[in-house]
Amino acid sequence: MIHAPYIRKPASIQRMMGLVLAALVPGIAAYVAEIGAGILVNLAIASLTALAAEALVLALRKRPVAIVLADLSAVLSAWLVALCLPPIVPWWLTVIAVLIAIVVAKHLYGGLGQNPFNPAMVAYCAMIVAYPALMSQWPPAGGLGFDTQLGLILGGARDIDAITGATALDALRTGLHQGAGPVDALMQGPAFGLLGGHGWEWIALGYLVGGLALVATRVITWHMPAAFIATLALVSGLFWLIDPARFAPPLFHLASGGAMLAAFFIVTDPVSGATTPRGKLIFAAGTALLAWTIRSFGAYPEGIAFGVLLMNLCVPLIDMKTQPRVFGRRDRGGPR
Amino acid sequence: MIARLFSFRGGVAPEAYKDASAGMPIRRAPLPSRLIVPLRQSPRATARCCVEVGQKVLKGQRIGEAEGSLGTAVHAPTSGTVTGFDPHTMAHPSGLATRCVVIEPDGEERWIEHRPFDVKAAGRDAARAWLRDCGVVGLGGAAFPSHVKLGADAGIDTLILNGAECEPWITCDDRLMRERATDILAGARILADLAGARRLLVGIEDNKPEAIAAMRAAAHDAGGEVRIQPVPTRYPMGGEKQLIRVLTGIEIPHGRLGAEHGVQCFNVGTAHAAYRAVAHGEPLLDRIVTLTGNVARPGNWEAAIGTPLDELVAFAGPGADTDRYLMGGPMMGFALPRLDVPLTKASNCIIAASPSLMPPPPPEQPCIRCGECARACPAELQPFELYWFSRARNFDKARAYHLFDCIECGCCAYVCPAHIPLVDYYRFAKGEIQAREHDQAAADRARERFEFRNLRQARDKEEKAARLAAKAAETRARPAAGSGTAAASPSAAQQAALLPASAEDKKKALIAAALARAQAQKAAAPPRKADGPGAATRAESAADAGRRQAGSTYTPDDGGATSAEAGDSAR
Repeated sequence: MIHAPYIRKPASIQRMMGLVLAALVPGIAAYVAEIGAGILVNLAIASLTALAAEALVLALRKRPVAIVLADLSAVLSAWLVALCLPPIVPWWLTVIAVLIAIVVAKHLYGGLGQNPFNPAMVAYCAMIVAYPALMSQWPPAGGLGFDTQLGLILGGARDIDAITGATALDALRTGLHQGAGPVDALMQGPAFGLLGGHGWEWIALGYLVGGLALVATRVITWHMPAAFIATLALVSGLFWLIDPARFAPPLFHLASGGAMLAAFFIVTDPVSGATTPRGKLIFAAGTALLAWTIRSFGAYPEGIAFGVLLMNLCVPLIDMKTQPRVFGRRDRGGPR
Repeated sequence: MIARLFSFRGGVAPEAYKDASAGMPIRRAPLPSRLIVPLRQSPRATARCCVEVGQKVLKGQRIGEAEGSLGTAVHAPTSGTVTGFDPHTMAHPSGLATRCVVIEPDGEERWIEHRPFDVKAAGRDAARAWLRDCGVVGLGGAAFPSHVKLGADAGIDTLILNGAECEPWITCDDRLMRERATDILAGARILADLAGARRLLVGIEDNKPEAIAAMRAAAHDAGGEVRIQPVPTRYPMGGEKQLIRVLTGIEIPHGRLGAEHGVQCFNVGTAHAAYRAVAHGEPLLDRIVTLTGNVARPGNWEAAIGTPLDELVAFAGPGADTDRYLMGGPMMGFALPRLDVPLTKASNCIIAASPSLMPPPPPEQPCIRCGECARACPAELQPFELYWFSRARNFDKARAYHLFDCIECGCCAYVCPAHIPLVDYYRFAKGEIQAREHDQAAADRARERFEFRNLRQARDKEEKAARLAAKAAETRARPAAGSGTAAASPSAAQQAALLPASAEDKKKALIAAALARAQAQKAAAPPRKADGPGAATRAESAADAGRRQAGSTYTPDDGGATSAEAGDSAR
């Protein structure tokens, strides 16, 4: 027999995931406008791979296929993977990355709702460790036509110097390492735009717009984006004030790399992130802190993915220690 | 004076569906062919039958005497003949039966002699007994005896009248307030005086402007200190603890009663019943019940307690595609196992449900920890954590995350995008924990009995040994006294041992002394640690001991109430 409540809000996982996909559209539109339409090919490859992999694993696990495919969670993971990879990686790299995200990071841990790590970030980290060269080849804004991009994606020959340039984060890191000058001098280089990477800053703005829409429609709460952005701004601002020659300004950090994508779409993954209000603040702040540390002192130009995975590890502890106070009680819930 | 309103966290705003039934005046339901009056009207108390089969009864005549501290009297809703005293299925999800007095009405509605009750002359205790003997119980849905709520001498400062009626579809309190506001306020004044309350507040959701206006007009006419306070329309505003929070800012913790914080809460229908009982001497014989949903004539009926529901719903004209009937609201009510059950004092609403009106829930999907449930939870719990723990049968963790603070209001399941029947998981976990506790208590009792038996046997043995030793000493002392030497001499025992007559006794005394030494050692050793749950768990058990009274969960003998605490007024 069915028990109360007998009425339900018209909400579904499908609707939730669909709204997140829709919120990515402004960022993707800016991506196409600034960098080129190659990203659309990557998104398609990633989506098809994700759906096929999800269907195959579900069939092997003897789970209902159609209803789970329709929840759009695999497509969302695929989009996030594709948006994190350089837009001109060969097609097989995208396929491998998505397979790692869906099969290894998601289904080997039990499928939707069970994965302790953010699938897109697992895939990104695996790729940057396995294919560091391909993963560092980013086309400059407006530098490559769609034909060239498509050719590279389909496995065409790569004349690296002709087609790619360092990203802003990469240029800054290499420049500082080689002692090529203080930060403000380096930021006059071709890779830099008004605030962050030339062209990429508009994509970041697109993510910001879509992300704010997600907060407004209450698909995500404000806690994670606010804590992520505030922490990144605070810590980078502090060090920039101390030594502006060695540390990039806060607005550069916010507008570069995957900061905006991470703030609204990556750290906010409900499955692998913290769940309590205070826990969300700690989780996102920790991720931002780790990301800035890796950016400033680490071996990789971008550190968000590692930051997310490291914070994913802390989620059970964070959740346990930040249980909110229960109605009428003085103490908080959870074990002490 | 502008009253400050507080708020509670969480809650949901489902579509109300109240207009259909709220628009029609209360109608008197015709007497059915027979009345099945359950003797179990309030939770955990059954009245003692005081009529015989074949006896003629008058309207208002007592047919069940109140028994026990939670007992209330039961009366014949009309005049007629008692034709049976048999078990009948009750309006409860369990479908369990309880003893009912079956009355065949004679249609004459002849009243038993009754007169108003003078509260001032009789005093508080007599007035409480009067309410008990008039069968006045909470009409919000839990049927908790009203005289018990007035019993605590806890210094009640504020009396709250609950007219929130936050569950969708239900409108019986709305109609009652619109039509009988003066009587309700008179009843509230009686209850407030009995409770010793100085402040009288009436909380009504702001989606009932007519009721608010009617109550305000009545309050103006009556004079006196009473505040009719519109509250925001947000389920579960009618939950006792939520309404108290919103009106007074006081948060009543789990396992505590409002009375302990100087606040007592009554449903508007209960105040009306108290007024009838005191001002007219009429016991509680009928109640207003909303018939709505998939029916041709939705509305509110004033129906005799014991009216079979199948006869009652026929007045509303249920649609052909009605597939089940709900008692109570759609958020906390339950599907009636069958329709030939009688109307009880707890039955506030019957909803005819059809697949189009209340479609079956979509298939359950995995929890993605999105936290929608936590944002909707008025108890400020983390429902998804409770779900994971309940599902994994990790009951200690579920309890540590305050599972028993859950009022089963259904907000979490209402908003869940994965369509998980969360409340079912909590009920399962609560039931399992209670069953386990019951087993543990039984095992504890058995162990105590066993240990006491061991102790008793050891004590008997010791006493016997002491007796033997005394006897032996006596035997020894006799020959010693005979020979004229001092018995206290260290060698006396040895000397005695040499005597063949006392050799046997000496041996016994030695054995007894050894046994006594062993017992003493055993008693001095630290007591063996008890098996079973640790001290912390048992302390938690003790802390939760009050929840059966608070009624966070239903038990089959609840007599239709899902929850004495939340259900009282959440409907």
